This record gives sequence, structure tokens and C-alpha cells, in this order.
Amino acid sequence: MLTFTLRRLLIAIPTLLFISLVIFLLVDLAPGSPLSDIPLTVPPDVRRKMIEALGADQPVFVRYVLWLRQFFYVEPAYLFDSWFGTSWAEGEQRLLSWQSRSPVFTIIGQRLPQTLTVIGTAYLVGVLIALPIGIYSAYRQYSAFDQFGTLFAMIGFSVPTFFSGTLLIIVFAVWLGWFPTKYNTQLEVVDWSTFVEQLRQMALPVMTLGLANAAAISRYMRSSMLDNMSMDYVRTARAKGMSERTVVLKHVLRNSMIPVVTVIALGIPSIFGGAIITENLFGVNGIGAALIGAINASDLPMVQTLAFIFAVLIVVFNLIADVLYGFLDPRIRYD
Amino acid sequence: MTDAPAVPAPPEKPASAIHAIWRQFRTHKGAVFGLVVLTFLVLAVVVGPWLWTPEKLSVAKALAVKNQSPSLRFPLGTDQLGRDMLSRMMQAGKVSLAVGFVAMIIAITLGTLVGVLAGYYKRLDGPLMRLTDMFLALPLVPLLLVMVMLFRDQIARAIGPELGAFTLIVLAIGITSWMQAARIVRGEVLALKEREYVLAARSIGVAPRRIILRHILPNVVSPVMVAATLGVAEAIITESALSFLGLGFPPDFPTWGRLLFDGMQYIQLYPERVIWPGLAISLTVLSVNYIGDGLRDALDPRIRGR
Repeated sequence: MLTFTLRRLLIAIPTLLFISLVIFLLVDLAPGSPLSDIPLTVPPDVRRKMIEALGADQPVFVRYVLWLRQFFYVEPAYLFDSWFGTSWAEGEQRLLSWQSRSPVFTIIGQRLPQTLTVIGTAYLVGVLIALPIGIYSAYRQYSAFDQFGTLFAMIGFSVPTFFSGTLLIIVFAVWLGWFPTKYNTQLEVVDWSTFVEQLRQMALPVMTLGLANAAAISRYMRSSMLDNMSMDYVRTARAKGMSERTVVLKHVLRNSMIPVVTVIALGIPSIFGGAIITENLFGVNGIGAALIGAINASDLPMVQTLAFIFAVLIVVFNLIADVLYGFLDPRIRYD
Repeated sequence: MTDAPAVPAPPEKPASAIHAIWRQFRTHKGAVFGLVVLTFLVLAVVVGPWLWTPEKLSVAKALAVKNQSPSLRFPLGTDQLGRDMLSRMMQAGKVSLAVGFVAMIIAITLGTLVGVLAGYYKRLDGPLMRLTDMFLALPLVPLLLVMVMLFRDQIARAIGPELGAFTLIVLAIGITSWMQAARIVRGEVLALKEREYVLAARSIGVAPRRIILRHILPNVVSPVMVAATLGVAEAIITESALSFLGLGFPPDFPTWGRLLFDGMQYIQLYPERVIWPGLAISLTVLSVNYIGDGLRDALDPRIRGR
């Protein structure tokens, strides 16, 4: 198990390097770089100095390695410094956003809590809706409830979040007026009334994302339960005279949860990507909205960093899912 | 799944494989519903413009009829510039469906190529599958957004804004969604390669290229078709998501996603302008997904009662 984890960790390194190279080259070799737009009135020697000052006269390879160094050494060093008051990163150049001239990671640190509150709650709600639906659908296969669950999942797959979110806005915000259309980022929870306010403004984005996530997870739960329901150990448990409740919720559920847990782990990074749309729709000021803002402003360092962070999330959660699978299921041995 | 039920003898022997597949497909209610809806939508966007031509209005006259609600003159109402929504919906649908199909064809071609090469040639298997894994780890939505942002203006300058947007988005979606097809095809090829008829072909000295074209490719068609159907749905959703974020097609060359994006500003006053394109996207994707489901059952000989 340990060797397997170590091997997977080692494989993750070239994967991350490849992804960082793709992101770097995509942004770097694109024709629309800001240095190509220096006005012609700028004298040639000034132009050369501008390019030199930005380090753009260096070969691509050198700039890539320098970027990697900033990402993997300088930024963690700053983080370490701010936690423990050391001075490892003294005088090093940080990754700066071109929009605000402040470090990219400071901005991400400000935006991340918004994303985590909304998206995290949505994923939790999605899982909590999906599991009972999946379990009961499998237990009563082909019943009316199961048919309804299948339809629900199909619609959840097919209706894109930007449309289901819009529908929810039209119904609950415009017609019924129960919830606000936009998320107010400035709201601070200090007492009961602001807490209720926070819940109200979170309701629509959480519902949108929660339903979309619930559709996929409920299907996995159902098929995993169905696989286990016909196993011999279930028959044995019933033959011993155990109650249906014990058989389904203890024996079958525990074994069915193994693949579902890994699917849930695998889904976490993709919800960050999918959340870009939801954040944009409801005006949640999270990292998805930061990415869109940076793209519209051609803020390349911000775009590069955010895209790479999304990639790191995917790789890390793939790793977690793999290790978790071997950890939960003693039948699986990697070595 | 383990104990197979006694298969009742089919009432009549199907004339051909296609016939048998069609008979199985027809028993899937959702798939038939999907086929009917999709046919209707395709007909509506392809034949529709001939049946419904909006009246040509001068700018002043068009502005006079802006923001109308549905009537006999404008069956779906008009938008904020007095343009007929029905004809815009049909025009947009044509682009949306075209994006879905072309992007799917690119993705499937790439995926099949990589899958066959990796499955057939042992030397290429490792590197190509590593590459596939790496592509699977790429954050696709952010990357697509970045690609569109960086290359949109250059391509638009080179081949015009409409064709430029179309080429860019179709290519971007195509080269970021071939991985599933490649994995499926590789698995199939690995199994097929060990079959006797491939061995027979190889032992009489058939060149690898001919073996692949004659014996292997025809046998991977069914899983590829299922992947292709689902790929269309995926591509349509991705394109409309890009358009919805304002990074897709220009407003005078709309897709359903773009119409939805344009309608968002008027959602409080005219919610129907958001509902129509959204409904069209959802119905298309839903029907395509159902067709994929039905095809998967119909093309699987273990399920098909033969």
C-alpha cells in the first residue's frame, strides 16, 4: 500500500510538470501577448528595455523554469514565512496580478472562502440528496420511485447548470421573491438575522449545483447497490434471519459505499470547474469569478496560476481516490 | 446478470444486423422519444427557415416592435432590437447543432486514432496512454476559456469573425474531449487483437494497416457510436457554457447559449427569452443522451435477444 502510494506520488510529478508546461506554453506562445502591442511611437531602445525588464528576451525554457520556481518555491516560502515569521523568501519576486499589482495568491486567498462556502455546501447537499435516492431506487428496482429517480438523474445530466440556475432565479427570485437573485459577498454573519440572510442568498446557487451533482452520484449509488444486492452474503444474512434494515443499511450499504466514496472524491475538482458558471450566474465572488475576470482583463499570471491550481486539484483528488479505494476495500491489493 | 433468463424464440428471424438493432432500439421508450424530439429539432432548424421567413423591417420599424410578447406576427416575440425570436432561434440552433456534430467528429477521429494505435502497437501503448491520462488531468473549462481568449481575435482577423469563432470553438472542444473514446477503443482493440481471425490474417502476411482497416475498425464501430452520441451532447453543453460566459460566438452569429446569455439582462422583464434557448439546449441534450442509452442497449449483443 505504501509503495503504491509512493509510486502514484512519483507519477503525479511528471503529470503536473506536463500540465504546467501546456498551460505555460499556451499562454506564452499565444499571439495576443501584451508585449506585441507596444505602440510604435515607443523608441526601439526603450522597447528593448521594457522587454528586458519583463524578462521576455530570455528563451522560453528559462522563463518556464523561472515560473516553476516562483510557483513551487517562492510562493510556498512566503506562505511559510507568514505562518511562522521566518524570512525564507526575503526579497524574492512574487507572482503578481497585472490587474491589481498585488500577489496572485493573496487574491486567491481572499476569494477561496466564498467558493468553499457555496460550492462545498452544494456538494454536501448533493451527496445527501443522492445517497438516499440511490439506495431506495436500488432496493425497489423498477418501482415507480426508481423510474422517477432515473428520470431525475437523466434531467440532471442533461440540463446545464446555467439553465437550471436561470430557471430557479426566474421561479424563486423573480416570481415568488423568496430569495435574492444575486449573492452579496459583503455580507458578514454577525447575528441571527444576517445568518438567515446568508442562508437565503446561498439557497439558489446551492440548489443549482446540488441538483446537478446529485444526479450523477445517485446513479452510481444505485448501480453499486444493485451489484451488491445479488451477492451471496446478502442471501446468507437474510437466511440468518436479520431484519431488512440491517441487511440493506449495514451489509449492502457498507460494501456499496466503496466505489461511491471514490466517485465522490473524483467529483470534487470537477465541481470547482463547473462552479465557474454558477459563480458567474449568481455573482458569487469566488475563484471561478476571479478566473473569468482575469480572462476578460488579459491578466495572464492570474489566469496561468488559477488554471494550474485547478489542474493540481484534479491530480491530487485522483490520487486520493486511488489510495482511498485500496484503503477501503481489503480485496484490492496493488502490490 | 449471472443467471440468464430463458430467451424466448424471436417471432421472426431479423433480416439483418441493422434490422435487429433497430428492433431492440424501438423497445427503449426513452430512446424513441429522444429520436423523435431530435428529429423534430433538426428539422426545425434546417427546414424551418424556409417555412418561416421573418419580414424585412427597417431599423426604425424594427425598434418600434422591440420587446414584443408572442403574437401571430412574431410567434416567439421579438428581442430588444426588434428581431424576430423564432428565426433567431432557428439560426442559432443550426450553429449549436453544427458545433456539436463537428466537434464530436473531431474528438471521435482523434480518439479512435489514438486508441487503435495504442491498442495495436505495443510500443506506442505506454506513451499514448500516459498522454491520455495527462489530458484527462487538464482542467478543461478553464483551458477552453483561456484558448478562446488568446486566439479569438487572431483567428477572427485571419478568416472572419463567424468562421473564426466556429473553427476555434470546434477545434478547442474537439482536442479536449477525445480521451474517453481513445480509452474505449484501446480496450476493444486489445481484446480483438487476440482473436483467431486477426491471427489468421497476420499469418497469411496481411499488412498491419490492412488488418486494422478491414478487421479491427469495423468491430469497434458500436462502442464508438455510443461514445459519439454522448460526445455530441457534451460538445453542445460545452459550447453553450462558453457562449454563456460571453466567450463564445459573436452576438450577430448566435448560438442557443449566446441567446441565453443575451436574454439574461432582461430576465426580470422577459423571462421567456431565457427559457426558449435554455429549453432547446436541454431538450437536445436530453434526447441525445436517451438515444445514446438506447443505442448502448441495442448494440450490445448480450442484451439484444438474438
